[in-house]
Amino acid sequence: MESLLLRSGAWFGVALLALFAFAQTTETAFAVHMAMVGSAALLVMWIGLAKTDYLAVLNGLIKAPVDQSKYDDDLLRWGVILITFWGCVGFLVGVVIASQLAFPLLNLHFEFTTFGRLRPLHTSAVIFAFGGTALITTSFYIVQRTCRARLAFPGLARFVFWGYQFFILLAATGYLMGVTQGKEYAEPEWYVDLWLTIVWVAYLAVFVGTIVKRTEPHIYVANWFLLSFIITIAMLHVVNNLALPISPFSAKSYSLFAGVQSAMTQWWYGHNAVGFFLTAGFLGMMYYFVPKQAERPVYSYRLSIIHFWSVIFLYIWAGPHHLHYTALPDWAQTLGMVFSVMLWMPSWGGMINGLMTLNGAWDKIRTDPIIRMMVMAVAFYGMSTFEGPMMSIKAVNSLSHYTDWTIGHVHSGALGWNGMITFAAVYYMAPRLWNRERLYSLRMVNWHFWLSTIGIVLYASSMWVAGIMQGLMWREYGEDGYLVYAFAEVVKAMHPYYLIRATGGLLYLSGGFIMAYNIAMTIAGKALRQEAPMTETPYDAAQDRPIVAAAAVAE
Amino acid sequence: MSYDAARHFADSWGLVFMGATFVVLIGWALRPKAKSLHDDAANMIFDKDDDNG
Repeated sequence: MESLLLRSGAWFGVALLALFAFAQTTETAFAVHMAMVGSAALLVMWIGLAKTDYLAVLNGLIKAPVDQSKYDDDLLRWGVILITFWGCVGFLVGVVIASQLAFPLLNLHFEFTTFGRLRPLHTSAVIFAFGGTALITTSFYIVQRTCRARLAFPGLARFVFWGYQFFILLAATGYLMGVTQGKEYAEPEWYVDLWLTIVWVAYLAVFVGTIVKRTEPHIYVANWFLLSFIITIAMLHVVNNLALPISPFSAKSYSLFAGVQSAMTQWWYGHNAVGFFLTAGFLGMMYYFVPKQAERPVYSYRLSIIHFWSVIFLYIWAGPHHLHYTALPDWAQTLGMVFSVMLWMPSWGGMINGLMTLNGAWDKIRTDPIIRMMVMAVAFYGMSTFEGPMMSIKAVNSLSHYTDWTIGHVHSGALGWNGMITFAAVYYMAPRLWNRERLYSLRMVNWHFWLSTIGIVLYASSMWVAGIMQGLMWREYGEDGYLVYAFAEVVKAMHPYYLIRATGGLLYLSGGFIMAYNIAMTIAGKALRQEAPMTETPYDAAQDRPIVAAAAVAE
Repeated sequence: MSYDAARHFADSWGLVFMGATFVVLIGWALRPKAKSLHDDAANMIFDKDDDNG
């Protein structure tokens, strides 16, 4: 009862502080955010007060005893729903901004719907909302099952999960109102960053706490990757967002870094967000879900450890390749390039490890659409970790940088690797979390697989052509030393490829909708869809008879 | 520590330390005795898993 009083008081205090900031500020966007903070604090307080079983408290039972023989999965069910939801939202905004590039009229002459505001909404929705929710959900799923222990600090785990969702809401609404510190993938302003820091430290506590109370002697390799993701993101986030607000009642802040130091800090953050958020974290998923779905242990556990340490030691140095031919010292650019090229090997080691896990069970690619998605995900991990090192080479980068080739590269990684492995994880978890026999429809998973794959192929190939064309047109000099093409001519030449890209995105989005339907039907517990099985063993009744000699027939 | 001193530490002893740590960690994974431990670890996600974790 006392702790309930204390907690409610604390949330009420937060709400009062938010109200004070709301009254003091002169900025609309900041006022809106403080209103959201206040409402959220009151909501949490109300839920806490309303859900408490007072009778039980009076009887001396603080809480109904939890079934310790079951994993703490309530949050994960919310997680599966929210991954699906954020995925569809993120892909939808992506299709909208891709269409805006092809048809600028779609900016609608309205400040909230311009490309500049929707673009960070798209990137954050897919990376942090879809990907981040997927990472938190799967990490809680994996760490419990590989440690054979329930989540440590269940209350804190709920704070992590919902606190992260609130971070997403603050960030997304901020972008639409023009609140941004202008750092790519680190757009949220100082107060949102502080909130995420609190949530993230709590996340680390829950994850490490669960590992500490494990009953398995060994810490499975997936947890190594997930833990490195949590620790590194904490470090990157804190350092890159060191900033001073112009007033406690203003959304605007200035970075502690300036000039080339600011650029280097930003891309040290930016590239390691790719390396640890989008790679190490998702590799944690790969090392758990691929062996489980294939029902075979990982091809080489030793290789997975070498993969881990190599990724840890090499990734952190690769950031400078985002700043080739800038004011960054030349040695730093070369360092970034060399480490990026070295990264190719461990990345392919990991890809081979994932693919070879299917060794001896390759037929599952034909019969199991979830395995098919996993294989495609790992294949795209391999493709983009080859393309990335290649693009980090200075000579290649002089052609590719600032062009749409980069956008194509990012999407082959994000749609192919992160998207596909997340879909596979969602399909794996959903029937288990809701205790269903299996997914509502496997054929729909297959449709999702093909829509996504064709979407990615359209996206990546159109952006290769567009980007290389763009780079070549920019650097084309005439005999007199003048640039041959005006900027607008290059933009015009890109139009058809923008259309192809938007089509690819639309296919990927429709795959997302099919997943949403399939997951919804699975959760609703509908009877399994009547559908042809993925494979049939051929049977010809007409042939299934003995051969009778011709003479015998004649008699 | 000045920038210059930090920079020279980074590309001398710092580099040696990082390189040596890396080699030891990889070497530890490659030691022949680790094989059976690794096999157990790789299979531990499957044992007695009736809750299908």
